[in-house]
Amino acid sequence: MSDAIHLHRDDEASKLGMWLFIFTELLLFAGLFIVYGIYRYLNPVAFHLAAEELSVTVGTVNTIILLVSSATMAMASTAIRLKNKQLTILLLLATLFMAFMFMTNKYFEWKGKFEHGIFPGSEDLLRLGHGDTLFFGLYFFMTGLHALHIIVGFVLITIVCYRVNNNTLTNENPVLLDNSGLYWHLVDLIWIFLFPLFYLIT
Amino acid sequence: MNKHTENHVVPYSLYIYVLAGLLLLTMLSVGVTHIELANLTVFTAILLASIKSCLVLVFFMHLKFDNRILQILVTAVFILVALVLFITFLDYNYR
Repeated sequence: MSDAIHLHRDDEASKLGMWLFIFTELLLFAGLFIVYGIYRYLNPVAFHLAAEELSVTVGTVNTIILLVSSATMAMASTAIRLKNKQLTILLLLATLFMAFMFMTNKYFEWKGKFEHGIFPGSEDLLRLGHGDTLFFGLYFFMTGLHALHIIVGFVLITIVCYRVNNNTLTNENPVLLDNSGLYWHLVDLIWIFLFPLFYLIT
Repeated sequence: MNKHTENHVVPYSLYIYVLAGLLLLTMLSVGVTHIELANLTVFTAILLASIKSCLVLVFFMHLKFDNRILQILVTAVFILVALVLFITFLDYNYR
């Protein structure tokens, strides 16, 4: 960077800090998984029937989208180190596009549920009973919280993309890209567990 | 001189292989739901998800190429969280 000012930078520490943040996220979702597990144990029939309402196809498509986006994000951190700016931006844009696709699918999935009268506090859901209310309450909360993480990741990657484009993020200082990548993989990691729990175990 | 960029550069091909593995495991986890496994359904789903998350952690999240402290730390924390989940369910089951 500049010769006049010595910039102190510790990329290992940045990475460690990101990991510590990831651990807190892990605890947040682990708590929710415990809640899900206990309520499933208490309402096995209702959870079984309610889970069958969810489309395995939509869930699978979203899983594939997230996995591919994770791969493109990981490849971007290779591309920046090989000083391939064009490819880095292309891979980041691909990741953003897939994040957008994920959210679009989620939108139509939720919209479908709303149109069937299934949303938190709806009369149809209350009529279905305690177990269904719990299942869909957890479904909306956990996938909603996950979707919120997707939006945060989207903003982060957009910033990274912008900075790669104006050359303030290069192979000299790729740590922001790496850490955004870590965050994005965390979002993927959480979905890897959400998908079987809500869509597959019926 | 520049220690910041000394990181191991992971070849693109490795990510493609890992992605292929992850997609295969996803198909497998969807596929096994058509087979009646009774009590093993939940176990199989969690097992496959755990294998997938290990792949993501080790390769996508670079743990394979990170320094030893980070490797030990992350492994320890994940085992701890898994134990907390396991012991809570065990406690609840036999209460």
